[in-house]
Amino acid sequence: MNTQKLLGIGAFVIAVYVAVPLAIALSGRWDFYYTLTSVALLSVASAGVWLTFYIGRINIGQGAYALAGGYVSAILVTTAGVSFWLTLPLAGVFCAALSVLIGLPILRLRGVYFAMVTLVLTEVARLTALALPVTNGAKGITSIPLPGEVSILGLTLIPDFATLGNPKLAFYFMAVTLMVICYACLWRIVNSRLGHLCRSLQQNEELAASIGVNTAYLRVLAYSISSFFGGIAGAMFVAISQSIYPSSFQVADSVNFMLNCFLGGLGYVFGPMLGTLLLYFGWDLLFTTGRYQLLIYSSLMIALMLVLPNGLLSLFDRKGGRK
Amino acid sequence: MTPILQVRGVTKRFGGLTANNDISFDVAEGEILSVIGPNGAGKSTLFKLIASFLKTTSGEVLYKGTRISNLAPHRVARMGVVRTFQETTIFRSMTVRENIVVAHHLRSRASLLGFFLGTLQARKDEAEFGASADEIIGFLGLDAIRDEMASNLPQGHLRALGMAIGLATDPKVLLLDEPFAGMNHDETMRMVALVRRLRDERGITVLLVEHDMPAVMKISDRIVVINFGQKIAEGTPAEIQSNEKVIEAYLGSEDAAIGM
Repeated sequence: MNTQKLLGIGAFVIAVYVAVPLAIALSGRWDFYYTLTSVALLSVASAGVWLTFYIGRINIGQGAYALAGGYVSAILVTTAGVSFWLTLPLAGVFCAALSVLIGLPILRLRGVYFAMVTLVLTEVARLTALALPVTNGAKGITSIPLPGEVSILGLTLIPDFATLGNPKLAFYFMAVTLMVICYACLWRIVNSRLGHLCRSLQQNEELAASIGVNTAYLRVLAYSISSFFGGIAGAMFVAISQSIYPSSFQVADSVNFMLNCFLGGLGYVFGPMLGTLLLYFGWDLLFTTGRYQLLIYSSLMIALMLVLPNGLLSLFDRKGGRK
Repeated sequence: MTPILQVRGVTKRFGGLTANNDISFDVAEGEILSVIGPNGAGKSTLFKLIASFLKTTSGEVLYKGTRISNLAPHRVARMGVVRTFQETTIFRSMTVRENIVVAHHLRSRASLLGFFLGTLQARKDEAEFGASADEIIGFLGLDAIRDEMASNLPQGHLRALGMAIGLATDPKVLLLDEPFAGMNHDETMRMVALVRRLRDERGITVLLVEHDMPAVMKISDRIVVINFGQKIAEGTPAEIQSNEKVIEAYLGSEDAAIGM
């Protein structure tokens, strides 16, 4: 890793942990915490979608895993009294396992066929949540307690959120930390052998098989990592809103996760993060245009895809390389 | 000595069409064997069956006495039987060197998790792959284009890159699908010399499917001729050139006269 990259990472970490809270404190716009927390969590789910793009599959079903992860966490916390912090990885693991079962048959499909099946997944997840007794149907699960304390040998690592004066700030730090960890993992995946093999899969599956890559295994592996990201993002969302309904993650959310990746750039690890930030804020900024909001928004999206088919980050990368 | 590859009564039917019918032949270790035949004779299908990209309807292929037909293609590759492709198949948006490095996958001893964590073994593997890729680049004379995007390469280089990808997997048997297609005389002669070096310097057994008769006659130790999915002849280039059945099969076809 060269110094330029280290500097970039350092600047990013300082920005999210110091500069943003400082700017918010100075401007008094406390509502930004909620917005930025959402952006951080949505970008984690988008990071998962991005990884499925990286093996050459268009994934419009991340909402299903976010919903599943959210319910797993909510149910474990409310009915079994498990600590939220334990349910967070459990939700991810549950979604990863679920995605292996779903992925084994559907990952054989390519292109638009895979995309169509994943699109349906979100709707299936919503209907399942409506039908199952354990998810409490349309009423959902509400009044979920805030994340509790985590301590090792009497040393408090994370305080009980209910005792905090400013849980918004705590949620922000929690979401941003999750985001930083997830993107660090994603970056490492992409730059290690696993990522190289994913790219070989994306570019030519037959050739990948002939150089000895177990393509079926690799596809399922990438998809399960992707779903793991979706699951933990969903679980943390639920912890923040303290409630979950079958409509918490819908088809529109799944589509947005995909758009975030497109907008930021499919060739760049940090593309989905930037894409999420811009899409989320862009939508909010256009709120003032009233009933033209969706029209302007969609036109801008179309224009962007025409002008910058490789995403916004390709602006800084004229040579067409990758990070 | 047992043959390195044995094709035994291999038959492939697609619905009512019989692409390969009861084809049998042996390939000895260190041999260059060509499979020839008019267009649509079933050569490419036979290759796919050997590399197990297709399942046989009946019959089997043995590698060093072990059955490899109907295994997953990556497992066949792992055993040492590697196929290159007709359509100059490469990883388009990687550089030449990246293409070759990624093709070293079979040689990695560290697990994917090991690579993720950057363990000692993984780093050793990566260094080894890089060194080996550079060696292959030198062997094939690709130094000038090592950092070129594969999608920008002219056809002759693409073919060489395809071969480099095959070599990176450390094959015992390399299946070359039409290595001379679309090449002019000079390029073909260079490729012929290269294929010979694969065998002479690296001890790789080469099985190739080809249309270019002069090249085939020049390069092959033995030739297997198929027509309408049947094997009609097998022998040295000299034997094939004087074989009545072969001449008959090629008469009137556009594939040029045999025996140049």
